[in-house]
Amino acid sequence: MKLPENNSQINCSKHVLPDKNGHFGLYGGRYVAETLMPALIELDRAYVSICAEPAFQAELQMLLKDYVGRPTPLFFASRLSAKVGGARIYLKREDLTHSGAHKINNTLGQALLARWMGKSKVIAETGAGQHGVATATAAALFGMECKIFMGIEDIARQAPNVQRMKLLGAEVVPVDSGTGTLKDAMNEAMRYWVGAVRDTFYVIGSVAGPHPYPAMVRDFQRVIGDEAKSQILEAEGRMPDMLLACVGGGSNAMGLFYPFIPEACEMVGVEAAGCGIETGKHAATLGMGSVGVLHGSKSYVLQDENGQIKEAHSISAGLDYPGVGPEHSFLKDTGRVRYENVMDQDALNAFHLLCSVEGIIPALESSHAVARAIVEAGRMPAQKIVVVNLSGRGDKDLGIVEKAKAR
Amino acid sequence: MSRIAETFHKLRSSGQKALVGFITAGDPDFATSLEITRQMCRSGVDLLELGIPFSDPAADGPVIQRSSARAIAAGMNLARAMEMVRMIREFSPVPIVIFSYYNPILAYGAEGFYRDATAAGADGALVVDLPPEESDELTDLWGKDLDFIRLVAPTTPPDRMAAIASKASGFIYLVSMTGITGSGGLKSEETAVVANDLKKNCHGLPVCVGFGISTPEDAAGMSKLADGVVVGSAFERLIESGLGDKDLAAKVGRFAAGLKAAM
Repeated sequence: MKLPENNSQINCSKHVLPDKNGHFGLYGGRYVAETLMPALIELDRAYVSICAEPAFQAELQMLLKDYVGRPTPLFFASRLSAKVGGARIYLKREDLTHSGAHKINNTLGQALLARWMGKSKVIAETGAGQHGVATATAAALFGMECKIFMGIEDIARQAPNVQRMKLLGAEVVPVDSGTGTLKDAMNEAMRYWVGAVRDTFYVIGSVAGPHPYPAMVRDFQRVIGDEAKSQILEAEGRMPDMLLACVGGGSNAMGLFYPFIPEACEMVGVEAAGCGIETGKHAATLGMGSVGVLHGSKSYVLQDENGQIKEAHSISAGLDYPGVGPEHSFLKDTGRVRYENVMDQDALNAFHLLCSVEGIIPALESSHAVARAIVEAGRMPAQKIVVVNLSGRGDKDLGIVEKAKAR
Repeated sequence: MSRIAETFHKLRSSGQKALVGFITAGDPDFATSLEITRQMCRSGVDLLELGIPFSDPAADGPVIQRSSARAIAAGMNLARAMEMVRMIREFSPVPIVIFSYYNPILAYGAEGFYRDATAAGADGALVVDLPPEESDELTDLWGKDLDFIRLVAPTTPPDRMAAIASKASGFIYLVSMTGITGSGGLKSEETAVVANDLKKNCHGLPVCVGFGISTPEDAAGMSKLADGVVVGSAFERLIESGLGDKDLAAKVGRFAAGLKAAM
């Protein structure tokens, strides 16, 4: 398959949003302690200048091709489509990347930038562990010191990824504050960064956090959508009718959606409904949240009337987050993206279905997108085309799936 | 002249340094917390910072994280903190700064916050995660009766110090180290360099140094570099170690007196 070369290159200058202070309309910005502000300003400058460096672009493209294994296939899931009996469902196979999820696209970009800025230490937060593994992978590849902050609850439920990070030479720092999940890991990573900001690069894994992270992570992830665009054109000769991706912080969704924003296709972001919206145990930030400030940017958040952040819940650690990337909040308000949610049990059902009819074990995060795709595609006529981002593979989730079965 | 400006003016003219005392409002409960503020105001605290507890205090160390969790569990919120300010005003004229993360204020409403804080008798606000790039959305809705205290860090370059100071009032809070609250490793030579840069760029506003100041010796040393010192985690550590102790407020008061005496 031939990919137009410029298509997947990052290019800051083309972006209308965010503005120079990182705002997507009402959302985004830099809501951080002063200690971090100079570092964020420096990072923004470095990022903008590196975008214009042919040597940086060439190295990133080489790594994405030879190390990550890009382009990832766009697979026509014919048996799933037949089973659903509606639109033709394509899967963007990010699960086939080196390290098993889309996260590596971003961590290689940021690690290269860190090296460019002369920083030899990286830190990251992780929920499901995919971003932690991807950061540890990049750090090993570049010979950098690496610390990964992970909630104790997530350490328990994503043990295989903890082992992988350790094998890759990273130090996994357990975080026991709050609920011991992604939100708390991010708090702790930010606290550590405040103290180590002079020599440490913080690799944020989602399109969340203070500017320039939401824009930068989106730019590093847009390769997903750029590839999918040329691949669907080649396969079907036209644009898809609908894109679907799961949304925790929202990086795989932004990566797929962003290049398609000017196109006439519908986009659906899928949040985790956990045990059900009405139980309050969910992670449907865009669906049920309100505007607030968490982890350095303004966006929708799950909060109480006093502005205290609520606990999120999802069977999938990667979606178990009470915040969301600011650009998603913007896209929700403008109506460009529709946000739906899927319960734990429906995600599990989709997980099993994909295993049995396509021979693909999806991550529980991605299973949420598959579950919603089944609903949407089922309502559409057979000539319609749906593309689902299969953001990661599910090996890490086998323990959780077994446990759920036993219940 | 605002009450904060007046306080610094008086201290400067008598050759004294300000002791700024921080506690998390409502830790461990409303009544004890109020009594603690009373003892602090009686014992030489020149300015009181009342911390609004937040569920995700990303700029704070474990001591203030735990104090925030205790206060939230005991029912503290911004509305009750306003009530506490009003009650402190009944027994003390000490200037009060409401110290908060942005989200509780956003949830309360910017205009309502200004109206209620000034009506309760607060003198200033400090919003940890609201740098000058983002703060207009809040301060544009405010009048002049609330000083807006801003932070300067050791990582802040001098031109940025000047820009921050031009949007600040009351005093400038100089963060002594690159780290979170309650960190160890105070280095007075390094802080002195930053404090000197800041003094040249702060348009005459008073400067108070905080973070990591936990003993009378620290307070004595750091107060030489500026117009005052901020002590927070050390008070909270004392509160945490004295949970259930009926003498707690008095102990906190004695600790405040010891700090002030050393300065």
